[in-house]
Amino acid sequence: MNNPGLLPDPGLKDIWVYLSASPLLGLTITLVAYGLAYRLYLRTGSSPWANPVVTSVALLIGVLVLTGSTYDDYFAGAQFVHFLLGPATVALAVPLYQQFSRLRQLWLPVTISLICGVVIAGGSSIGLAWLLGGSTEIQMSLAPKSATAPVAMGISEKIGGLPSLTAVLVVLTGITGALLGTKLFEWLRIKDDTAKGIAMGVAAHGIGTARAFQVSPQMGAFSGLAMALSAFATALLVPWLVDLMAALL
Amino acid sequence: MQFLNGITLLLVYQLVGEVTVRLLGLPIPGPVLGMVMLFLTLMIRGRTPQSVDNAATALLSHLSLLFVPAGVGMMAHFGRIADEWLPITLALLLSTILTMVATALIMQLTTRWLAKPAGQGGCKDE
Repeated sequence: MNNPGLLPDPGLKDIWVYLSASPLLGLTITLVAYGLAYRLYLRTGSSPWANPVVTSVALLIGVLVLTGSTYDDYFAGAQFVHFLLGPATVALAVPLYQQFSRLRQLWLPVTISLICGVVIAGGSSIGLAWLLGGSTEIQMSLAPKSATAPVAMGISEKIGGLPSLTAVLVVLTGITGALLGTKLFEWLRIKDDTAKGIAMGVAAHGIGTARAFQVSPQMGAFSGLAMALSAFATALLVPWLVDLMAALL
Repeated sequence: MQFLNGITLLLVYQLVGEVTVRLLGLPIPGPVLGMVMLFLTLMIRGRTPQSVDNAATALLSHLSLLFVPAGVGMMAHFGRIADEWLPITLALLLSTILTMVATALIMQLTTRWLAKPAGQGGCKDE
């Protein structure tokens, strides 16, 4: 990427002006950055510290800051990738359906863990942010952070948070879960892939699920299942939880 | 063509979900309702059509990529995050750890308590 200020040739500058106004550039650099980040990730033997979301976000912010581009310019192109989160949420019905027989056997433990997990995720983020002096806007933006992005953004909007900030917090939450999850389970001596998968999906949605699939297909499937169910549970429970906590705090 | 059919179907379910949520003023996001409706359709049909399976697998296997544009949004919120970095960082970190640990322990305990003791193979520990 060239800095437009450093380009001597007016022809190149025209091309830059054209490109920075077109969605092509934002879309392309997103895919290229992710491709590079994913390759690095494979090179490190799939180390959670080389999470491709972290590397590609860092790379893209670096490029945008260096070229003096705004997020809005970038998002004009990147929105095509972002948009796919919607159909991807619908697509969660497929693993959910395929795991349904396992789910039916475990429906009671899964339901209990899911409701507890969603309430703990929402309640603890509001409570902790409140304790640490965060504004209401921050508390509300944090509340749905464990749900997958389009769901969390929709809830955030309904309860008075900032949807775009929530999207960032959702990504940070997913990264945190993907980084720490397997270590936490090791310390706690939790070996059951079902329990690990459910916990990963409830706490760290899609980014955690991507990590879970690397540990084992079963952990991945249950993480995907928990992500789908907790998207639904968060949408139902978190607005109610917010009212309840507002009455208490 | 199959992939196109699959992705079209996912979009149709999302669209119907969004429209229904708005028409009825439901408290859940449109894509979530779309997911529920697709799930019910698959249950009724009793199988996943190949086209839907292909499209879903393609989207879900690159799920991390889809979060990248939202993550880059951090640059638009640098100011706010810098202002309230302590509550944001600590609440996010501690709440995520707490959620993960509590959910895993609850799932492990309830599975042991509630699973049928008659040596049923579904949910035994390794």
